Amino acid sequence: MNADAQTRFTETPRVRRKLRQEALAQWIFATMAAAMIVPLLLIVGYLVVRAAPSLSLEFILDVPRRGMTDGGIWPALIGTIYLVFLSLAVSAPVGILAAVYLNEYAQDNWFNRLINLAVINLAGVPSIVHALFGLGAFVYAARFGYSIIAASLTLAIMTLPVIIASTREALASVPRPFREACWNVGATRWQTIRAVVLPNSVSGILTGVILQVSRAAGETAPVMFTGAVFFKAVQRGDLLPYYLDEQCMALSMHLYTISTQVPGVKESIPFATAVVLLGLVLTVNAAAIALRVRLRSRKKW
Amino acid sequence: MVTPMPAADLHIEIRDLRLAYGTKEVIHGVSFDIHRHEILGVIGPAQSGKTSLLRCLNRTIDFTPGTHVSGTVKVDGQDVRKMRNVFELRRKIGMVAPLPVGLPLSIYDNVAFAPRAAGLTRRAELDALVEQCLRQAALWDEVKDRLNSLGTKLSGGQQQRLTIARALSHQPEILCLDEFSIAIDPVTTMRIEEVLKELRKSMTIVLVTNLTQQARRLADRTVFLWNGDLVELGPTEVLFGDHPKDRRTYEYVQGIFG
Repeated sequence: MNADAQTRFTETPRVRRKLRQEALAQWIFATMAAAMIVPLLLIVGYLVVRAAPSLSLEFILDVPRRGMTDGGIWPALIGTIYLVFLSLAVSAPVGILAAVYLNEYAQDNWFNRLINLAVINLAGVPSIVHALFGLGAFVYAARFGYSIIAASLTLAIMTLPVIIASTREALASVPRPFREACWNVGATRWQTIRAVVLPNSVSGILTGVILQVSRAAGETAPVMFTGAVFFKAVQRGDLLPYYLDEQCMALSMHLYTISTQVPGVKESIPFATAVVLLGLVLTVNAAAIALRVRLRSRKKW
Repeated sequence: MVTPMPAADLHIEIRDLRLAYGTKEVIHGVSFDIHRHEILGVIGPAQSGKTSLLRCLNRTIDFTPGTHVSGTVKVDGQDVRKMRNVFELRRKIGMVAPLPVGLPLSIYDNVAFAPRAAGLTRRAELDALVEQCLRQAALWDEVKDRLNSLGTKLSGGQQQRLTIARALSHQPEILCLDEFSIAIDPVTTMRIEEVLKELRKSMTIVLVTNLTQQARRLADRTVFLWNGDLVELGPTEVLFGDHPKDRRTYEYVQGIFG
């Protein structure tokens, strides 16, 4: 029996080859995963180094000066916050409620399949096409003119399908037996949704919505076509500088103009603008992750 | 088990029930009656239509897309498929699934969910009802000091008893158990079986089970389903005796096929 055990556990060439392959496979996968960090560090590092001469609190709070060649980015920053906030105020409620319908109520029939198809395709429409649609629909047809409201609605249309998709995913992660248990005791669908489904999917829903902040903040074309403007005179540090029917400045648009349209801009300013935009997006994403971790720690099954 | 047969008081009437998922028919015209205050054992191998039958009874079959039901199921003389208030029907029927499902709510809320959904809000009444249901499900002593902890954190056997407590919480007249013991240990199973004998006095019990011996222990009458057909329905001692009417019944309960 001892001899048997010995032959069984000896290392044959076949076993050695298997172990080598295993080590190699693991190494390749780990390297590729680690490679993800490199571009991020390079981008952030490069931007911060180039932006260093301009980066300061003053840069954020100040308005552009000397024909946009100097000064800060306050009007653009606050404009972006306006646009993001307003667009999500529209798309989040509509998207979440639509997703609840699609995931919890909708039967599998041609009409709901059509809605699904529309959602998927809407998510695949390029942002420049959304921009053109926004221009036609909100600026001209709805007579909002070039304005914050037209730009926000355009961004809302753009973010809507993704919010629907992420919300559906969050709802679908609540196991079906929970719903069946509720239906079995005579609860309506709405009672089931309120008591069991929503409380256990809210973290996923919120994360999906918050991640759309970065998309709305970063897109240039939709706001350029519908409401973002080259320059707008704003008081330094003014928190509420815009009316909703006015045009506003936006970070993405600002970055584009000072990088390509204005001669003689101080070299570090576009980079500093990019750092602020990136910082805004990363801050929001970090908030989403923190929220997710917090809510998931209370996960109930 | 030999108990005197209760007077045949009709509670559920199933006539020529057919059910198809898409084009695949899984119940091929089954007819039988269920009497008030009896324990009816439902036995049969997998795919024989036992679970689908229960789902036709409380109409949760409606939630599965692509199903076609025909024939009639009458509860208290009323056709369930014509009922407007399906929620009231479901409250009349307590349903226990094969795998325990503790809702991600506190133990108290698990049991209070159904009465609240039905509109009961007075705290004192809820408290009394929750205690009564948990006692009936033989769980009260283990959880009475932690009613606010999560139902999902209980052990499997406790969760199954919580599920039974929840099925009792809307004070049903019919209790359907679908292989309730597959996820719990034999000791807990025996405790619940004792509970069922007690509950039989106040309600009709439909016991779907893969353990033929469980039907033999508990059921007054037993129905043997096979591939969506009713093979035999009769007093349990006849089905489990040496001379059931159908040969397949004999072979199944004796473990010769199945």
